[in-house]
Amino acid sequence: MENFIEKLKKLFSVTNVVHTKEKQVFLTVEAEKLPLLLTHLRDYENFTHFAFLTAVDWKEEEKFQLTYMLHNYNSNSDIGIRVFLDRQAPEMVSIHHLWKQVSTYQRELYEMFGIQFPGSPEVEEPMILEGWQEIPPMRREFDTKKYSEETYFPRSGRTTHDPKKHMKKKLYPEWNPILNENEDV
Amino acid sequence: MYKPDRSKFPAKDKKIELSSQKYVKVWQGPQHPGVTGNMALEVTLSGDEVVDLKTHVGYLHRGFEKLMERRRYIQCYPIVCRICVPEPDTNEYLLATAIEKLSGIQIPKKATWLRTLTLEMSRLASFLMWIGGQAGAFGLGTVGQWTVTHRDYILDLFEELSGGRVYHMYTIPGGVRDEFPNNFAEKLEKILQKTEKLLKKIKIMMFDNAIFKSRAKNLGVITSEMIDKFGIVGPNARAAGLKRDLRKDEPYLAYQELDFEILTLEKSDAFNRAWLRYQEMWQSIDLIRQIMKKMPQTGEYHAKVPNVLNWKIPPGEVYVKAESTRGEYGYYMVSDGSEYPRRVYVRGPSYTHAMAVLPELAKNVNIADLAGLMTSLHTYPPEIER
Repeated sequence: MENFIEKLKKLFSVTNVVHTKEKQVFLTVEAEKLPLLLTHLRDYENFTHFAFLTAVDWKEEEKFQLTYMLHNYNSNSDIGIRVFLDRQAPEMVSIHHLWKQVSTYQRELYEMFGIQFPGSPEVEEPMILEGWQEIPPMRREFDTKKYSEETYFPRSGRTTHDPKKHMKKKLYPEWNPILNENEDV
Repeated sequence: MYKPDRSKFPAKDKKIELSSQKYVKVWQGPQHPGVTGNMALEVTLSGDEVVDLKTHVGYLHRGFEKLMERRRYIQCYPIVCRICVPEPDTNEYLLATAIEKLSGIQIPKKATWLRTLTLEMSRLASFLMWIGGQAGAFGLGTVGQWTVTHRDYILDLFEELSGGRVYHMYTIPGGVRDEFPNNFAEKLEKILQKTEKLLKKIKIMMFDNAIFKSRAKNLGVITSEMIDKFGIVGPNARAAGLKRDLRKDEPYLAYQELDFEILTLEKSDAFNRAWLRYQEMWQSIDLIRQIMKKMPQTGEYHAKVPNVLNWKIPPGEVYVKAESTRGEYGYYMVSDGSEYPRRVYVRGPSYTHAMAVLPELAKNVNIADLAGLMTSLHTYPPEIER
């Protein structure tokens, strides 16, 4: 593993190498070198299984982190590749030609984070959120509570009870007149 | 697999034009008994033969990953188990492991065995539910009635163990919630015997059935070249002859001390995939018996953890995975050092199986076999849209 990392450092100038657990390593690479690195890992280093592609929103640092996770079935090791993008104009090279399922991941990221993947098939077609008008919902600034309060309203004609008072009235009906008189009881 | 006569409609032009009136577009799902969960298939037909298929999801999107970003780690538990209804324990186990890996907590030995037990029990329950769907998709509805009953027996056991039938939340960071209730082992053994009896009946009813055989054989063949190209995992890949099982390759929990083999077959068609899963059900029963035998009887089942309501996880990221009924199931967790997770990503095996593999396999399949093909991939929509 150490030789392998040294080799990647020399070839692709990877940085920030972190061993998170046994046979699992995370490293950072520049966005331009990513297709080269992935092709190298797939064709020469036997990392043939593409596990997932996802994004992390680092709003405070104005960055998006993309994580590509590959797996090697021969040595049973994982490699996670981080790529940092500018949050103002997020755009990434599409790698849909390397694995077939990647285009779906990119489609989802376009929808959920608003990251552009030019050239990826059907990338602008809505996948989960049909007719979505707001900002991409997985971004940190999208507030789910505010959205639901603005979009959905409580049904009219429904009354709500304070559970404490309601149960008191229900359980001790003989005390009801007193309870009604003095609501604070 | 039914072979249609294509001589009258030679497929000359690759481009499908609906205006030529040779094709018709129908939707299978989202409300369709042959669809697993709420998923829609947009099918283009020529006669009764599928020429093009697109999977549409989004009918079950509840935004779990987004919700988890606004909740403390312990508050994520009621959310994660809903990502996979037939098999919630994998989710609970993986979330707990991710938290433990990031904060460096070692769990006691007894807890690993109890976790393994719940994983195997939920595997059996999930397979029981699946085999009912697979048989029902080919017109054998009776099998579904039997298996869902037997799944309920296992859910009853889970209720005794954890208090919840479907969503257990038994696995928590640091270990598990409680010990066995009284007479649990005897009750479990009784239900395993019942299930064995049922599996013998299913063999006669389903796998020796000429209708099931003729329809499922050669349906949706996954070749070994496709596996890495599409990222296929689990029984779908093992049926094509690949010896890949996370329980053996990267042993987690107590699987190292259990005695079992990775089951494989030569050709991954709908029949073989069903047959492999059927054998894995037997294996799962055997594993549950082994676990009950080898489990330490006494000992701690929960490690000391900080106050869960104010638990700050050290910054870092980790990817943990486990072998679910459908294959590699993983959680990718990023922590920024606060009480809330920065990002939790759930990697479900159905993502590629339903979105990339199914459209490929469905080409030139008769529309009557489509439901059976989809069930044979064991796809599950909440993993896709989370």
